[in-house]
Amino acid sequence: MAVLKTLALDVRDLYKYRVLIWTLVVKELKLRYRGSVLGFFWSFLNPLLLMAVYALVFSVYMRIQMEHYPVFMFCGLLPWIWFSASLLEGVNSIVGRGDLITKAFFPPQILPMVTLLSNLINFLLSLPILFIFLWASHVIPGWPLVFLPLVLLAQLFFTLGLVLALSAMNVHFRDLTHILGNVLTLWFFVCPIIYPLKQIPERFRFLVDLNPMGLMTLMYQDIFFYNRFPDIKILGALLALGVVIVVIGNAIFNAYRESFAEEI
Amino acid sequence: MSEAAIELDHVSKRFKRTVLKSNYVTLKDLILRKRRIPKKGRYIEVLDDISLTVPRGKTIGIIGKNGSGKSTLLKLIAGIYRPDSGTIKVNGKLSSLIELGAGFHPEFTGRENVYINGILLGLTKQQIRERFDRIVRFAELEDFIDMPVRTYSSGMYMRLGFSVAVHVDPEILLIDEVLAVGDESFGHKCKEVIRQFRAAMKTIVMVTHDMSAVEKWCDEAIWLNKGEVADRGEPRRIIDRYRENVRADEEKTFEAAHDVGMNLMGKRWGDRRIEISDIRLLTGEGEEQSIYTLGEPTVVEISYRVHERPAQPVVFGVGVFSPDNICCYGTNTDIEKVPVILEKDEGTVRFIIKENLLIEGTYFLDVAVHAEDGYPFDYLQHQTAFAVRSNIKDVGICRLPHTWELDT
Repeated sequence: MAVLKTLALDVRDLYKYRVLIWTLVVKELKLRYRGSVLGFFWSFLNPLLLMAVYALVFSVYMRIQMEHYPVFMFCGLLPWIWFSASLLEGVNSIVGRGDLITKAFFPPQILPMVTLLSNLINFLLSLPILFIFLWASHVIPGWPLVFLPLVLLAQLFFTLGLVLALSAMNVHFRDLTHILGNVLTLWFFVCPIIYPLKQIPERFRFLVDLNPMGLMTLMYQDIFFYNRFPDIKILGALLALGVVIVVIGNAIFNAYRESFAEEI
Repeated sequence: MSEAAIELDHVSKRFKRTVLKSNYVTLKDLILRKRRIPKKGRYIEVLDDISLTVPRGKTIGIIGKNGSGKSTLLKLIAGIYRPDSGTIKVNGKLSSLIELGAGFHPEFTGRENVYINGILLGLTKQQIRERFDRIVRFAELEDFIDMPVRTYSSGMYMRLGFSVAVHVDPEILLIDEVLAVGDESFGHKCKEVIRQFRAAMKTIVMVTHDMSAVEKWCDEAIWLNKGEVADRGEPRRIIDRYRENVRADEEKTFEAAHDVGMNLMGKRWGDRRIEISDIRLLTGEGEEQSIYTLGEPTVVEISYRVHERPAQPVVFGVGVFSPDNICCYGTNTDIEKVPVILEKDEGTVRFIIKENLLIEGTYFLDVAVHAEDGYPFDYLQHQTAFAVRSNIKDVGICRLPHTWELDT
């Protein structure tokens, strides 16, 4: 219960510091888009190039027989980039901002959260591009879009829990960053992002069924690509899982938190 | 309003040794079970059972040697560190000038950084907007405020940080050795701010090595020694005690250095046609010694060896330097018209000080043998040291023989 109580306090703290969070998110985004000619579009160049490469490899070389394959892939790729970028940047968010941690006393949870939120906004800003692609391929999403916020929320919670735990642990175990990069690459390939679910042999299906990010990918594809409602039960389970992960992540964070200022 | 601004109750703080050495454990180590650190000796006690109250409206100076825990104490009060035991209560809005400009992002302009920093320090956007002009004017950065902070000089950077921090309008201000920031005119401004804060009856806690600042501004001084409060009270008295202690410690390390025959920092140059083979410090009776009491005879014995006889006349010289490299006294045989005729290939030259009247402290000795025109044969800089002890705490370089005559 103590864990929940501190969680409640932490949440209240976050509300108190919402201006700070927002300021830091804006700063983060400004930094990303500043100082380059293409500015804003740089951050979409990466997913676009990835999409182009995968499209070349899978539809041209490997000849995956699928209509609108590039768009299909884009539906799963964008949320994945949100996820992986949040983790990869977030894992260093405490270590990298020693100057802030040792200065003002604000809840350090803010720092990983800022990377998560700025990547979320980046993701949201890339949605219009996705819609243009969808529209160009004559795939028009409809009512299932109302479920998008819930799916986003589930992913937000899930990622938040992970990034809290990882950023705190990284303060003590500095090689976590390198391990994480490798894990994420493996994780990417077991999510049905660059191939449709039906390509997976039955005995490997558990890699998706027991994989929150895999299930999340399917939901994005349902909403954007197939124009169908996601499985409510799975969505509910993912939301619940997200909350549990946040509670655990926050507890881990708090366990390490005391020593941040000293260890950085 | 009469209660204490800051209360520390039995506060202790320790650091892990590994942290101090930035010796991080990696997951790999953990898995491979390498580098197990023994439980004992894993921690270093930085502050030990500190209890303090700082009354509202007072200015407190914390003094002590490096590593005595001053900055740690300040960071504990600021809430950056948490105590391992004990409690810390801070009553009032606090702003710290600990790491000025921390959180500034080099890519952002001064303006953007002021906003971000202000919010970090607990101001609202509205408040920053109101104070913005004052902040910029105080930092003297009107012309640069819309340039990226990376283009700032370190002085400008600090000034902006200082300016934001003092415009937070805190009730309690923590200052860590920042008065040395910036040029003289900014220094005056900082002092002016401190004066205003004091006049406004705000609480200030400052950590500094600048004893004159403590004496001038502080209502009370706290002397930290090895993580404990060694003494506290009226600044003048505490400073005296602290200085006395520093001096005593210095000599202890000095003696220790001599015991192991440590080669003192210093250089040696010259062509060694005449070589100084040994320097000995002796008493009037010819006993070797390196710590003298005031007024004692002091003899510097220089042994030389001639490898090649120079055509020019030879000069022996001696110089005495204080640790901050001030020449206290210097002379040579040429200045004093002492003829040097080297008949032997090996011999000694003695420089006899009848009464050593240098004030208490540690001194370095330069010894040289050179040609009349100054061309060095062998020059030994700071290769020997000695200390003078005295019960009289007079100041300056050396004691001028004197008496007081009173007609009162």
